[in-house]
Amino acid sequence: MSFSEQDKKGWRLLGLPFIFSLLLLAVPLATMFALSFWTQDYLVLKKTFTLANYKQAWFEPVFQTLFTRSLLISFTVTVFTIIFAFPVAYFISFYGGKRKALWLFLITIPFWTSYLLRMFLWKVILGYNGVLNSFLEWIGAITEPLTFLLYNSNAVVLALVHGWAPFAILPIFVSLEKIDRSLLEASNDLGDTAFKQFFRIILPLSMPGVVGAVLIIFIPTIGDYITPKLVGGPEGLMIANMIQVQFSKANNAPLAAALSVTSLLIVGSISILFVLLNKKHLRNY
Amino acid sequence: MKQSSKYFKACIVIFLIFLYAPAFLLPIFSFNDSKVIAFPLSGFSTVWFQELLYEDTLHDALRNSLFIAVSSSILATVFGTLVARASSRYQFFGQRASVTFILVPLILPEIILGVCLLTVLIQLGLNLNLWTVVLGHTLLITPFSTLIMVSAFNNLDISLEEASLDLGMSAVQTFRLIILPMVSPGLISSLLIGFVISLDEFIIAFFLTGVEPTLPVYIWAQFRFPAKLPSTMALGTILLIVSLILVSLFEYFRRRIELYNHYSMELDQK
Repeated sequence: MSFSEQDKKGWRLLGLPFIFSLLLLAVPLATMFALSFWTQDYLVLKKTFTLANYKQAWFEPVFQTLFTRSLLISFTVTVFTIIFAFPVAYFISFYGGKRKALWLFLITIPFWTSYLLRMFLWKVILGYNGVLNSFLEWIGAITEPLTFLLYNSNAVVLALVHGWAPFAILPIFVSLEKIDRSLLEASNDLGDTAFKQFFRIILPLSMPGVVGAVLIIFIPTIGDYITPKLVGGPEGLMIANMIQVQFSKANNAPLAAALSVTSLLIVGSISILFVLLNKKHLRNY
Repeated sequence: MKQSSKYFKACIVIFLIFLYAPAFLLPIFSFNDSKVIAFPLSGFSTVWFQELLYEDTLHDALRNSLFIAVSSSILATVFGTLVARASSRYQFFGQRASVTFILVPLILPEIILGVCLLTVLIQLGLNLNLWTVVLGHTLLITPFSTLIMVSAFNNLDISLEEASLDLGMSAVQTFRLIILPMVSPGLISSLLIGFVISLDEFIIAFFLTGVEPTLPVYIWAQFRFPAKLPSTMALGTILLIVSLILVSLFEYFRRRIELYNHYSMELDQK
């Protein structure tokens, strides 16, 4: 095989960042994969191949519960975020007029402010002596603080929907922008109701954006550490919290690695399945 | 049509209130003269901001974070520029796969990145310090820089470069005098956004920092002490304002890139 002039020039530029990514991404991922087949005795690593970590990660009830809960929370967050994001993206694209850029900017600002602080604020809002309870007591709506607000899965879902919504709007907006407006005029002229028009034209044509939004939200939220730790309580902890505990306090890095690999496998296979199911909408991409 | 427009406008306003409401609590309670974060408000005070002036650990954390944010945003912008230049100027073997690979950290859960990097560092027996966080953050920011720089390089007309070379400038001169000024809005956007991301990033810093905490790691530690809550809110207010300024600047330069793209498209059509 011979290299052309273009090959050489391209790789001369790309070489450095590519090697950086290899060393800091591919090598660590491979190391973690290897680690998941080893065992740790206090601080000493035993490098003999074993499937014990996976047996533990897949079949022990604690981990099964955490995986199921993480999946369920991520799934709920994704559904709610898309339901919230779609009308907003639709408004900006179809009624935004000259102010489209301004609306988009307003929506993305919160995303660039500290994620840690935003999630922490939900704890302050929902707490027993928190902002919401004290406000409701102050105006006389309740006499006892509400206890169901904080430290459960619902609080995690609420905080995550709030944190990730801007992410969903952008891809949906982009695909709505690409819809040829004359198609809508044609369907109006031919007598489609707004309802029919939405389900026969707008939704199918915006599916690439919806699929993108689903992946952008579903994949990272399943591995979220901050939100469950702050607002989840013991009933709302997710798999990332367990990975961190195994890695540090429990001194069981191999099990943490097996849990990480398993989460990646689960998220990866669900994402691929989801993309395949929507294949007919993604033909042009 | 008019009616549905109103409905959607109401939708978006409610959505924006939901989006912004939590952030509004930061300034409200950081100026509130009370140790508890609750209604009713008790009075105006700047005592929580004054408290921040005497927190030595906070100042150290701030210095660490600034060092990390500056270093990693510069490194990531250099990498992003190289990737964007390579992929927009040349067609080469393995281009798509390698560029996609560099973008992977965009969708990988951060906890996985943190665990992976820490595993390798421990295996190699390296000490954790500020530089290990810089490396982690550079990995995380490079995809963002790459995407911004790709859009900046897209408007670069190849004939300008050829003209400059034909008229006797060296490749280095051409890069410095023609290419660099034309992609400078992209460079500035990339530096700004890299800086903001690194300044706010918690998980990777949490895993990779040794004994020197970054700002978010410091804030995380404060959450455990109820007495520290009001001053943490004050710190949050300051961070919010800094982020807003930086992001507005970013938006300004991003528009400049789009303007360039727009003009070069018009020129193409003529």
